[in-house]
Amino acid sequence: MITPLRWLRNLRAHILIFFSVIGPGFITAMVDNDAGGIFTYSQAGARWGYLPLWTLAPITVLLIVTQEMCSRMGAVTGKGLSDLIREEFGLRTTFIMMAALVAANLTNVMANFAGIASSLELFHISRFISVPIGALAVWLLIVKGSYERVEKIFLFATGLYVCYIISGILVKPDWKEAALYSVKPVLLLEPAYISMLIGMVGTSVAPWMQFYLQAAVVEKGIGEKDYAESRIEVVVGCIVMTVIAFFIIVSCAGAIGATHPRDINDAADAALALKPFGKYAFLLFAGGLFNASLFAACILPLSTAYTVCEGLGFESGVNARFREAPIFYGIFTLLIVVGGGVILLPNFPLVKMILVSQVINGMLLPVVLIFMVLLINKEAIMKHWTNSRGYNMVAWVSVVVLVGLTLALVGISIKDIMP
Amino acid sequence: MESLLYLTELQGLRVYDLKRRMIGRVKDAAIVPLIDSIRVDRYLIGGDPAWFTIRYDQVETISLKGIYLREETLTPYHRDEYMLRVARDLLDQQIIDAHGRKVVRVTDVTFEKRRDNGSDVLCVLEVDVGLRSVFRRVVQGLMPPRWIRKLQSRIPPNSIRWEFCNILEPDPQRRLRLNISNQLLENMHPADLADIVEELSPDDREAIFAAIDSEVAADALSEIDPDIQASILESLETEKAAEILDEMSPDEAADVLAELEDETSAEILEEMETEPESEVRELMEFEEDTAGGMMTTEYVALHENATIADAIAGIRGHEELVENLNVVFLVDADEKLVGAVPVARLFLGNTSDKLKAHTYDTLIQAPVDEHRDRVTELFDKYNVLTLPVVDEEGKLAGVITADDVISVLRNR
Repeated sequence: MITPLRWLRNLRAHILIFFSVIGPGFITAMVDNDAGGIFTYSQAGARWGYLPLWTLAPITVLLIVTQEMCSRMGAVTGKGLSDLIREEFGLRTTFIMMAALVAANLTNVMANFAGIASSLELFHISRFISVPIGALAVWLLIVKGSYERVEKIFLFATGLYVCYIISGILVKPDWKEAALYSVKPVLLLEPAYISMLIGMVGTSVAPWMQFYLQAAVVEKGIGEKDYAESRIEVVVGCIVMTVIAFFIIVSCAGAIGATHPRDINDAADAALALKPFGKYAFLLFAGGLFNASLFAACILPLSTAYTVCEGLGFESGVNARFREAPIFYGIFTLLIVVGGGVILLPNFPLVKMILVSQVINGMLLPVVLIFMVLLINKEAIMKHWTNSRGYNMVAWVSVVVLVGLTLALVGISIKDIMP
Repeated sequence: MESLLYLTELQGLRVYDLKRRMIGRVKDAAIVPLIDSIRVDRYLIGGDPAWFTIRYDQVETISLKGIYLREETLTPYHRDEYMLRVARDLLDQQIIDAHGRKVVRVTDVTFEKRRDNGSDVLCVLEVDVGLRSVFRRVVQGLMPPRWIRKLQSRIPPNSIRWEFCNILEPDPQRRLRLNISNQLLENMHPADLADIVEELSPDDREAIFAAIDSEVAADALSEIDPDIQASILESLETEKAAEILDEMSPDEAADVLAELEDETSAEILEEMETEPESEVRELMEFEEDTAGGMMTTEYVALHENATIADAIAGIRGHEELVENLNVVFLVDADEKLVGAVPVARLFLGNTSDKLKAHTYDTLIQAPVDEHRDRVTELFDKYNVLTLPVVDEEGKLAGVITADDVISVLRNR
């Protein structure tokens, strides 16, 4: 029999373990709301008001299913996803995937430096100041810091996302409508609406996330024993991510979509539209964009360098010295320098690059997801932690949905790239 | 350089019989470590419908043009537990580089061609990691091997000599069949071994600890991150875990056991030898963040009237402590701590001198319930290397050494 005291002590132990495993799931989910994500949600709210809110629930499910599998693989095998892919599918496959990942993430990094530039331009800071300083700060943080400290800073950055919740409340949107459309699916047979839905779901799960999450779980030393808590962390992280997305959509719906719906140029444009609702709504939205962009500009280069080196067997890790891990720091530096540098070029076709990135991401994602489900069902790797039959059904359905929507997005992007 | 052959080149090489007819392509090469630890013993040839093997002494010549046989009896391939298959078991898997002291992933394998009894024999020379071998793997089969060799010469090589490679194999049965020695790991510095083990997957970690000598395991285990320590011990057989803990110093053993679940640690304590067990049990009574939780019970204490000669005899009786011994302690008839003598001072006096005459002027000590932060303060303030810890009655209970304090400070 469990006495109340014992139960309390158990609860306390569980909570302590939960706090010790916190990090990977939260960080991954929040970086999913990077400059590109914020733009997608802002655009959805600005153009279609509250209508797209219902997609958030299925997005959460898709995120949870994919993220949970990665963190489970990390906890059980103690190996990164690129390690497992290399061991099971060979070096050449891994190499091609890594090349695609670098290309896709490079454009992601560009988008986030663009986010840094445009958010600070709202405060009249020139991009020729903000981008170089931002890039240098990101570089120094990772190169000079230890992983434990870097993770603490990242966790702090995830806390700043609360900006969006407050700015969403300040806009005083129509909560009744917001609640209604969160559960009521609306399908309009308009091409623009459908491509918006595809964009929202298609960009919600990106290849880099799977690699980053699994590596972070391993790095944190989470094992089979702490997995129950780690799973909760991943699920909570995904839910918090969609809550933030909800508030972004609602802010833009309340400020723009509800009165005179229109297309916006970028996320900074959305922040400007919040100005009539008070200084703070604007400040918080713009500040949130800056935080999210800077945060993603840290994580993406780090995660890319880490994944590539791990998969191809080069020395890696924040705790290694520059001379010990030249390729690791090389990739990392290259992504930051090129990703930040192009933002300063006049007439750089950023929108086109982002579309290209969506195409590459879209080609890579199906491979990553399919490999994941194959790997997690191998008993030799996962022992008794393989997917159950029911979970496999859910996993495959999620993969099919994601792959379908991502490929549709690839189609739309290619059409947009072609003149 | 013609005497070298890469696994990427060997794979897919054509095999010709006596009449120079092609009979298949090389799929893999196998070493039988119990017979010869470096020579390729069998070549696995892909054929229809099943693979077959040829022995090394059936080969006439091996070159980039192909393998020519001098004796063409073909044996069907069937799984052989004693074979280490180079492509299947090594390629893309992790191994330990005992020389560079790190975990690496095998990208390619370099063989050296030797002439033996009229046969070309391949011997494993190096395991390749790094950019050059990645290039080779990526373009393997896409262009002629000679081009690949020419192009790759611009990339600096990165290889590990085969004698420094330790293969990872979680299955203990197979470890024996493959004759995997633990010598390389046991010869490493325990701190390096600990770093390596932390990088491995849980299965590989456990296999290493189950296999290596308990003394080495104990030294390495005390350098490992506490969470990983716990998971390793829980995975081991209770007997082996107890054996390892017997070899650890009691304070470290107590710390490790404190990380385990109550049931597991009780089972392990049950299996331990009496003497370390009782000391460990006593130490486990103290809170982790007090002087009692930090101290060890291994020290040299002498009667207050002892001489330098007695002290030297006392130290000789505790050779296992010598590495960390800075101070010997003096206690009175009631075991109360009365003085501390730095070991170096033993060399200054005559063997017949009383130790009392050589003690520190002030005796610095801490009660067992002193908080950890206060203990580190004492070390800093009085510049001591060893701090005695006393119980409520002033009896010597244990000592804290500077390395314990450094660990505490680093883990902040």
